[in-house]
Formats: sequence, C-alpha cells, structure tokens
Amino acid sequence: MSQLLEVSGVSVTFDGFRAINNLSFSIGSAELRAIIGPNGAGKTTFMDIVTGKTRPDEGSIRWGDMSQSLLKMNESQIARAGVGRKFQRPTVFEDQSVYDNLAMALKKDRAPWSVLFFRPKPEDRTRIEELAAEIGLSDQLYRKSGELSHGQKQWLEIGMLLAQEPRLLLVDEPAAGMTLAEREHTTDLLKEAAKTRAVVVVEHDMEFVRRLECKVTVLHEGSVLAEGSLDHVTKNQDVIDVYLGR
Amino acid sequence: MEKSFFARNPSVLIFIGCLALFTIGVTAMSEAMGTDVISTSFLKTLGKTLCLCLVAIAMDLIWGFAGILSLGHMAFFGLGGYMVGMWLMYARTEMIVVASMANAEIPPTAQEVVDAIGTQIFGVVGSSDFPVIWAFADSLFQQLLLVVAVPGLLALVFGWLAFRSRVTGVYLSILTQAMTLALALYLFQNDSGLRGNNGLSGLQNLPGADAIPQAQISLWFFWASAFALGLGYLLAAWVVSGKFGSVIRGIRDDEARVRFLGYSVEGYKLFVFTLTAVIAAIAGALYYPQAGIINPAEIAPIASIYLAVWVAIGGRGRLYGAVIGAAFVSLLSTWFTGGQAPSIPLGFYTINWVDWWQVLLGISFVLVTLFAPKGIGGLVDHLTGRVSPERYGADLGPDSGSLQEQEAEK
Repeated sequence: MSQLLEVSGVSVTFDGFRAINNLSFSIGSAELRAIIGPNGAGKTTFMDIVTGKTRPDEGSIRWGDMSQSLLKMNESQIARAGVGRKFQRPTVFEDQSVYDNLAMALKKDRAPWSVLFFRPKPEDRTRIEELAAEIGLSDQLYRKSGELSHGQKQWLEIGMLLAQEPRLLLVDEPAAGMTLAEREHTTDLLKEAAKTRAVVVVEHDMEFVRRLECKVTVLHEGSVLAEGSLDHVTKNQDVIDVYLGR
Repeated sequence: MEKSFFARNPSVLIFIGCLALFTIGVTAMSEAMGTDVISTSFLKTLGKTLCLCLVAIAMDLIWGFAGILSLGHMAFFGLGGYMVGMWLMYARTEMIVVASMANAEIPPTAQEVVDAIGTQIFGVVGSSDFPVIWAFADSLFQQLLLVVAVPGLLALVFGWLAFRSRVTGVYLSILTQAMTLALALYLFQNDSGLRGNNGLSGLQNLPGADAIPQAQISLWFFWASAFALGLGYLLAAWVVSGKFGSVIRGIRDDEARVRFLGYSVEGYKLFVFTLTAVIAAIAGALYYPQAGIINPAEIAPIASIYLAVWVAIGGRGRLYGAVIGAAFVSLLSTWFTGGQAPSIPLGFYTINWVDWWQVLLGISFVLVTLFAPKGIGGLVDHLTGRVSPERYGADLGPDSGSLQEQEAEK
C-alpha cells in the first residue's frame, strides 16, 4: 500500500538544541496512529514540521499519490493540500458563531475573490447542520463560540477539521481537560474519522491511547524509539526506561 | 432560508436613511437654495466631514475588522487629492493661458500653450517644465483613473512587501508611519514635481465654471461626498457581512489558525489593504476640491494617527462607529480650533481652546481606550439592550471562555 505521508531523515535544531533528530515516520491513507512520548520528545515540533510552521534543517517530506514535497509549500498551501491540524488548546474564533466557524472551515475555494462573492447554497447549510449534529452542537449553532464550554470548543474544532475534509488529520492532545463522557465521544469521533482518512493523535494519556486501539509510535529526544501496538511498545525495555526510569 | 442582505444588517438601512435625511436637510438650508441658514464655508466643512467619514470607514475595515493598525492611510487619502488636484490645476490654468493668448496676433501653437501653463504652475518652484508625472494631467478621465491606480498600486507594492515578510502588529504600524513620512518628505522637495511645500492650490475653482457661484459648487461636492459615503458604507458592509468578513475577523483574532484552515492570510491582508487604500483615495479626491488646497503637510504621519483616534473614539469593529467618530471628533475639532469655543479664564491662566484642544483630544482618547473600548458606537448597544456579560469571578469551566460564576447566577 502506498503511503500518504512519508517523513524521512528529518532533523531540526533550535539554537543548538536538536528538537528532532533524524526522524522517519510514515502513515497510510486510512489509518489511525497515536504518537506518545515524554515532554520535550518533539511531538509538537513534529506537527509543526508537517504543517509547514517550522522548516526542517534536513530530510524530506513526501505527500500523497504524486509524492509532492511539503517542504516547498507554506502553511496555507499545505492545509489546502489536505493536512488538517488541531491544536492543544482549543482555538476557535470566539467572536463568531458556531455556524460561521464551521462555514469558514468548509472545503471550498479559498481565494479572496471567490470568498468575497461566496454565498452559502442550501447544500452547504445542510452540510453544516450535519457536522453540528455529529459534534453534538446542533442546538448551539447560532451561539458565539466563545460562550461554549471547553469540551464543546474542542469538538467544534474537531468539527471544523472534519469540514475541511482533510486527508490527514493531526490532533494534538484532544482529551486534555475533558470529562470521561466527553473523552468517549472524542474517541468515537476520531475512530470514525480514521475509516476514511489518516489520523495522527498526539497524546500523553495512556488510558486514552488504549481506547483508540491503534498502532503507536513512541518518540524520545526527537526520534522514534519504538513502534507497534500499545501492548508491544509498553513491553519494550527502552520505552520502560524512558517513561519510568527518570 | 437565507435572509436578504438588509435583513441581516439592519444598521445599513438605518445609516443610509440618516445620511439621506441629513443630505436633504442640509441642502434645504444651504445658501444655494436661498435659505441661507448654512453658510457656504460651513457647507464645505460638512462636505469635507463626509469625506473624512468615508476614510474612517476604510480605516475601520483595515483596523477594526482585519486587525491591521495601519498608520498610513492618510497617505492614500492625500495621493487621491493630489491626483485630482493635478487635473483641476492644469485645466484651469490652461483656460486662463488660452484666454490671455487669444489676443496675440499670431495664434499660439499647442506647445507654446503647454509651456505657458508650465510656467504658470511651476514658476513658484523655479521651473517651467512639466515633470513626467503630469503626463495625463490634461485629461480628466485619465487623471480620475490615476486617483484609484496610484494609491492602489502603492498599497499593493507596500503591502506585498510588508505582509509577505509577515510583519505584523506594532512593527507594521511603524512601517506604515515610515511610508507616509517618506512620501511627505519626498513631496516637500521642489523637484518632486508637485510644487513642493506650496502644494496644489485653487482647487475649489472648477475649470469652466467661473459663472457658477461657489455656493452651488459646494452643494454639488456635498452631494457627491454624501453619495460616495453611502456607497462606501454599502460596499464595506457587504464585504464584512459574508464569509469574507468571517475570514478577516478570523485573521484579526488568530492569524495562525486561519492559515491552518488553508486561507492565504497574506493574500487577504493585501486585498483589504489595497481596497481600503482605494476607498481612502476616493475620499481624498472629493475632499481636496472642497478644501481648495493640498500640500505635503496633509500626509504627515500625524494625520494618519488622527484617523486612528477618530475610529477608536467612534468604536472600531462597527462601521457606523467609525462614521460617528470621524464626524464627531472632526466637527468638534473645527469648533475648538476655529476659535468659536469660549476660552475659560481661571484667573491665573486662561484656557485657550485653540492651544488646549489637542490635549483634550489626547485625554479623551486615553479615557475612551481605558473605560469605553467600544467607543461612542457602544452607546447603541446600551440603547438596544445588547449588554456584553460582565466577567468577574473564577471560570466555571477549565477555560477562560466559559461562563463565569456570577454570570451563571443571573
């Protein structure tokens, strides 16, 4: 099976500190993957590199069927190519309604002129209502998103990502600050999403990762320490040393 | 069901209605209509104020909606004025020159006429040749195109350079100040081709309209200004009402997030920057024929700062706020600096408002920023009962956006 994203031999250094060291990673086009690792392992930097926020010093990133290089594209071009990203803290546009947030994320032409003349068609409204139902915000559609609870904002952001219809979804600590019920809902959403696209979840919480039931990549000091099922990697001596040894 | 544009934005209809009433009222009281309640000079002040309201709308678009504090938009305003001023001066001088040469025994050649116009216009800076930038000054149509094209192009190039390097926030503000300062300094030079610090003058006299009294011409310009303001308001309201408005407000609140949604933030900023520059230029092109004179001091950095102050006092992020702010502050400024405000004798010192007005303006700017960040436009929220929640106490949820203790109790 050809891979959707192939990161090979990537390194990045911040002021002499090697945040990512010769990292290689690949994911198929419909796969759920969890990335775990202690603080400072380079999980967020990895996401920054894939989404174009940080330029790596060396290495290559190949994307899609045509094996395009992502290194030549800027953030918005990468996002349009089909990489969606969810941040650690929920970042929604608090001053705007849930509807407007979703409408902005909906997969449409992003050029200023066509956005200026864009008027929503009935099918766009239906799609937004479907998405709102999926993330459980149907009743809140016309509320300002700043008034939502923390968990609802997390979902709204996931909903915005789904509206973008990305081929690869990067999710940074989705379960932070969520209640148990909200976590279960979130796992379901992610598993459902992974049936049609690649999903990468960065997470600290082992319990949450276990519930995802997927392949796990363990990062440590900027490179891959182990890869495999959760049970497999937790038996790995290196992983035990890194997680428990200090 | 999608509601119509006006149903979604009731303030647009109210604004257009108020503007129409105001225009009709002022017209009825003007000298040209024979009622004489409003003097021609005050009518000009009102017309100029409408132009300032238009440029304030541009400022509100770029600052209040897109979050880019540009402190250089009066440069575009001034450039618009210069462009229209060039034609006004050229055409009027041409008429005078042709009339004076008509009595000569040998009819003057076209070149002699042009040379004579050059001597008339540039004699004041010790030159008589037309600089290249005056190439189109003989054609009203071409010069009107330049009103839009020159400031638009300047904004496009400046914005492209600035936004491409991701200059944001206060650094961008400083850069725009530098732009307007550099332009002013350049125009102050005699060999810049726009008559140095003399500027362009006599712009209130329309060529070929010597028989028409100023009262009538002022009224025309007043109408044109009101019409442009109405159109500008409609355009701005339309731009911010749809998804485009969502995106630029998104850029204001969280630029990086918009980028990760796949929108090219730089492209949007450049679009808004150029659009607002063009609106400012049109406002300037209507303003300076009413002012009668334009010189480089008009585009000094302070002018753009005043513009920001008007919008802040009026209430940024709402279009009518910008209009109210510009009208209120600039009319008040005319009153105070025109010597009409009574001085206050304190015995040991007399507060002379011509000197103290700027202090008063500065203090009110600080007070508005501290205590009424919504500005004068925020009063409308009071009247319509749209109260923003008072956020005190600890957050109920884990995030700062969630309801807070005292709100939840209400």
